[in-house]
Amino acid sequence: MISLAGRDILHSWGKFVFTGMGLGLLIGVTLSMAGIYRGMVDDAKVLLDSSDADLWVVQKDTLGPYAESSSLYDDVWRRIRDMPEVERAANITYLTMQVGKQGGDVRAMVTGITPGGPGTPGWPPYLVAGRHITRSHYEAVADIASGFKLGDRIKIRRNHYTIVGLTRRMVSSNGDPMVFIPLKDAQEAQFLKDNDAIWEQRRRTAENPAFNRPGVPGLLDAVIASQSTNPYVNAVLVRVKPGYAPEEVAESIRRWKRLTVYTRSQMEEILVGKLIATSARQIFMFLVILSIVSSAIVAFIIYTLTLGKIREIAVLKLLGTKNRTIVGWIMQQSIALGLIGFVVGKISATLLMAPIFPKYVLLQPLDSVMGFIAVVMICVLSSIIAIRAALRVDPAEAIGG
Amino acid sequence: MTAKGIRIQGLKKRYGSGDTAVDALKNVNMHVAPGEVVGLIGPSGSGKTTLLKCLGAVIEPTAGKMILGDDVIYDDSWQVTDLRALRRDRIGFVFQAPYLIPFLDVTDNVALLPMLAGVPNAEARKRAMELLKALDVEHRAKAMPSQLSGGEQQRVAIARGLVNRPPVILADEPTAPLDSERALAVIRILNDMAKKFETAIIVVTHDEKIIPTFKRIYHIRDGVTYEEEGEGRGFE
Ligand SMILES: Nc1ncnc2c1ncn2[C@@H]1O[C@H](COP(=O)(O)OP(=O)(O)OP(=O)(O)O)[C@@H](O)[C@H]1O
Ligand SMILES: [Mg+2]
Repeated sequence: MISLAGRDILHSWGKFVFTGMGLGLLIGVTLSMAGIYRGMVDDAKVLLDSSDADLWVVQKDTLGPYAESSSLYDDVWRRIRDMPEVERAANITYLTMQVGKQGGDVRAMVTGITPGGPGTPGWPPYLVAGRHITRSHYEAVADIASGFKLGDRIKIRRNHYTIVGLTRRMVSSNGDPMVFIPLKDAQEAQFLKDNDAIWEQRRRTAENPAFNRPGVPGLLDAVIASQSTNPYVNAVLVRVKPGYAPEEVAESIRRWKRLTVYTRSQMEEILVGKLIATSARQIFMFLVILSIVSSAIVAFIIYTLTLGKIREIAVLKLLGTKNRTIVGWIMQQSIALGLIGFVVGKISATLLMAPIFPKYVLLQPLDSVMGFIAVVMICVLSSIIAIRAALRVDPAEAIGG
Repeated sequence: MTAKGIRIQGLKKRYGSGDTAVDALKNVNMHVAPGEVVGLIGPSGSGKTTLLKCLGAVIEPTAGKMILGDDVIYDDSWQVTDLRALRRDRIGFVFQAPYLIPFLDVTDNVALLPMLAGVPNAEARKRAMELLKALDVEHRAKAMPSQLSGGEQQRVAIARGLVNRPPVILADEPTAPLDSERALAVIRILNDMAKKFETAIIVVTHDEKIIPTFKRIYHIRDGVTYEEEGEGRGFE
């Protein structure tokens, strides 16, 4: 047998390679889009994994702390820790904000972690450089994606911190790098009012006759002192003792402490199903649009190529060539175009697009396989118009008039 | 006369129906023996192309009889089911323009039909080479069609028409684009091939240069054929 498609492609390979490259860039973007979605899901999982918690205790009836704001008194954790099933419980705060550094701000998720050293829920599980936080103030561990280096001085609100350690792949569900600082500093950063606001609040309190009673000395001072502490955190991370089911512990916390508690799988459902659902829909839309554009390109190219061969097709039909041979010729060309496109797309996504993209792009082999199947299917479908045109060609045309 | 070759009896072809019907062929009778080359000439609109299309099994006649070798292929309706296979295996075509496949070299253009029919490539190419040798273009066997002269292309096209050893070859104005020397060369080749492969060849032509070469000529006028002695010059 002889492959008409193969010989045709060899003869006009330039056309195929150039079209294939254009198609390939589109396919590359498509694969990267899928990779971005996978990356977001993976980031979310890493975020949860690295928290090293079985349960997330948050403000009642909120989806906190990642998807909604949540605030709890910072002594709640003690009561939870005292439960017999609980191995460890730790306060945590999250606040996405601009972190100042000489030469520009970086958007980061500032995470307040309780003292206690590595292994405490919420602490970064491993460092790629430097050391963990050892002092209780003004030290920070930052994710390498922030661009900060060991020894850098960064500014969070009014205070300066020194970077003592670096992590990798520790980002929020938005892709913002995490910056870990001591909990007390973080509470201050999150709940601290500026000086004017503090003065304003003191003035109002002092003017309120309920607090400023002549007969009760010290009441005003006590009220003002209570106003200027910041006794809140966003969540309590809980690790359950081995042998206990997290779901049961969660249930008893819900019942006795009147708080909302999420297990690991519920938290993942919130992050993936709710928080990144909008992005996922956008990405899906792009995938659909790119697929349509790719099919239109393949269909147009194959149709044009086929129209250029109408006379040869008529001659081949007159000489007795089977329809199957002609259909195979066109379809194989279309698939070949798709193959070139896929190879170019895969290479450009892996070597070109993923490394320079500002978000984590996770190219999964399974996505590539599905992309490949989709490309082949698109090519087969796109060749249908051309095939119909070819099958309509009348062999009598070859005889002329 | 033997029964072999191609025989046409009372062939009719009507295009359309009712008021707009055109009787392109009214009464066509022909017989071409194996090894014989006959001319088919007639004024414009007389039905030459229509006849060729009927013989080539790409349009269906309205009535009459066509016999190819020992087989009745048409008797008021087609007597064979696979017209494509009929064309592929038993009818050779040579056109005014060579219509070679541009992305195949000369050898594979000739070998294409047997290859597509399942003959092993090497075998098909061997057959092609024999024909190219017989037609004196074997030195161009590896060239692409665009690299050949008009006469060389036409000889390659003739080789392609012969490759399946069909009992009949239909040639549609095969010399139109050629000068008189080349035109005569093509006719000489067709005569040689007809003898060599026992093929019946029908040449449709307007070409004054080659008309004297036929020993027998069919004139067609208004869809009716008339047989005539030709001069038969030059190719004895
Ligand atoms: N598809 C068709 N439908 C209707 N009438 C047709 C069709 N094809 C040909 N005819 C008519 O049939 C007659 C014979 O046409 P044909 O093409 O066979 O002539 P021809 O001998 O090949 O002429 P020319 O030398 O000009 O090519 C003409 O009157 C033509 O108008
Ligand atoms: Mg004609």
